[in-house]
Amino acid sequence: MAEATAGSQDRLAAARDAAYSIPLDQLNPAQGELFEADVAYPYFERLRAEAPVHFCAESEFGAYWSVTRYDDIKHVDMNHEIFSSEGGITVNDDDEEFPLPMFIAMDPPKHDEQRKVVSPVVGPRNLAALEPIIRERVCTILDSLPVGETFNWVDRVSIELTTQMLATLFDFPWEDRRKLTRWSDVATADENSGIVESEEARRAELLECLEYFSRLWEERANKEPGNDLISMLAHGSATQNMAPQEYLGNLILLIVGGNDTTRNSLSGGLLALNQFPEQFAKLRANPELIPNMVSEIIRWQTPLAHMRRRVLVDTELGGQKIRAGDKVVMWYVSGNRDPEIFDNPDDFVIDRENARKHIAFGFGIHRCMGNRVAEMQIRIAWEEILKRFSSLEVVGEPVRIKSPFVKGYAELPVIVRR
Amino acid sequence: MAKITFITFDGTEHAVDADNGISVMNAAIDNLVPGIDADCGGECSCATCHVVVDEAWMEVVGQPGEREESMLDLNPEREPTSRLSCQIPVRDELDGLVVKVPEFQM
Repeated sequence: MAEATAGSQDRLAAARDAAYSIPLDQLNPAQGELFEADVAYPYFERLRAEAPVHFCAESEFGAYWSVTRYDDIKHVDMNHEIFSSEGGITVNDDDEEFPLPMFIAMDPPKHDEQRKVVSPVVGPRNLAALEPIIRERVCTILDSLPVGETFNWVDRVSIELTTQMLATLFDFPWEDRRKLTRWSDVATADENSGIVESEEARRAELLECLEYFSRLWEERANKEPGNDLISMLAHGSATQNMAPQEYLGNLILLIVGGNDTTRNSLSGGLLALNQFPEQFAKLRANPELIPNMVSEIIRWQTPLAHMRRRVLVDTELGGQKIRAGDKVVMWYVSGNRDPEIFDNPDDFVIDRENARKHIAFGFGIHRCMGNRVAEMQIRIAWEEILKRFSSLEVVGEPVRIKSPFVKGYAELPVIVRR
Repeated sequence: MAKITFITFDGTEHAVDADNGISVMNAAIDNLVPGIDADCGGECSCATCHVVVDEAWMEVVGQPGEREESMLDLNPEREPTSRLSCQIPVRDELDGLVVKVPEFQM
């Protein structure tokens, strides 16, 4: 399957009609179904053109503003004194009865204090040390893939690789590493995603996660400080006394941050190369383009479709007055397809000159801490893929995640050949 | 105008002539000095234009501003004379400036 199928093109055409015929004030892009069917783009196209700062009065998440142009998104991201991260960073409000305090959803000074404790784990020295380990794992995973028969790339490659990476960063018991995947999926599930049966079930699983990690905390706290995330949290002065809920929250942050984002970029990159076969040919002829391609993959996929803020003081943006207390959603997925910044933004172009300017990692003090880890995994994966397989073909429709936040894939049927 | 020398991690010295008004970051990018990513395009929001100013020059260059400091603070490898080069405008007084480019941008 080289291009989008006829079925998906029909869906896109229907969505485009819907997006342009709905009254503007009823447009609600925060719907998991749109992303599941991969038809969200026309909605953002219209918003960028007609209402770049747009108020949606009613949705399953309440009232919220959508910011869809790259420059406006950047403005919100950078002005953290006005646009606060407390109370949650997705369009879904945090569960007040089961709060998971995490530094991504905090403002300075607490945000800075906690982030600084863990950021060394993804510092340059650590990454240089991790590179050969990642490469070894990538090779093992790729060498164990079935050749000439269909398999689910998401499960065999994307999930496997990123979960192994995360288990290493945590020094997590290897044989239990798929628990990290499960907890990540549970943490980001909303009521509609079909991952947990109920809110109670979700909380119960997250409490199991906390129990497991509490045991690990005890072990590491009683040992010499090590280079893994748990040890850093257990020994860091800003974090060693934190409440169990806060520990769980920060763990979830690091698990989610390191998990489905890179996972979905690993899947998305393969899909993109299949949808744009001349780019695949260009890649094979010019493997030195891999690093730039990594940035373009992340731009094209935008694994987290949005981030949200709450306004602390009345402010103005794009000619709109936004009131203190209002929810503002930065649609990274839209900013990364903004034609004012990216020529032919829907095209996947591996040597795109300004690929690194993408906003998928965010800008400002909350900019993704794991960005180099992600880039490194994707780069190494493609270096090793090109050495091994003469073809990697997506042979069926992908199954996408039903979420306005996590933009990714549950299934990508692939056949590889040597 | 100022002549600015960027010393990249491998020890190579890249001397560039920069016009007043652009940033030290722009001077590097425009002259293809390696090691500076400048992902956000110079708006103090990604910290990937990090340079370490030669100590002797710090008084002339000046200390980071508040927003710059909060971005620099996030980098475990920042040094006392670290600056984000997008926040240093080129001016005559910087003629002869020497900065080191770190091995990695975070």
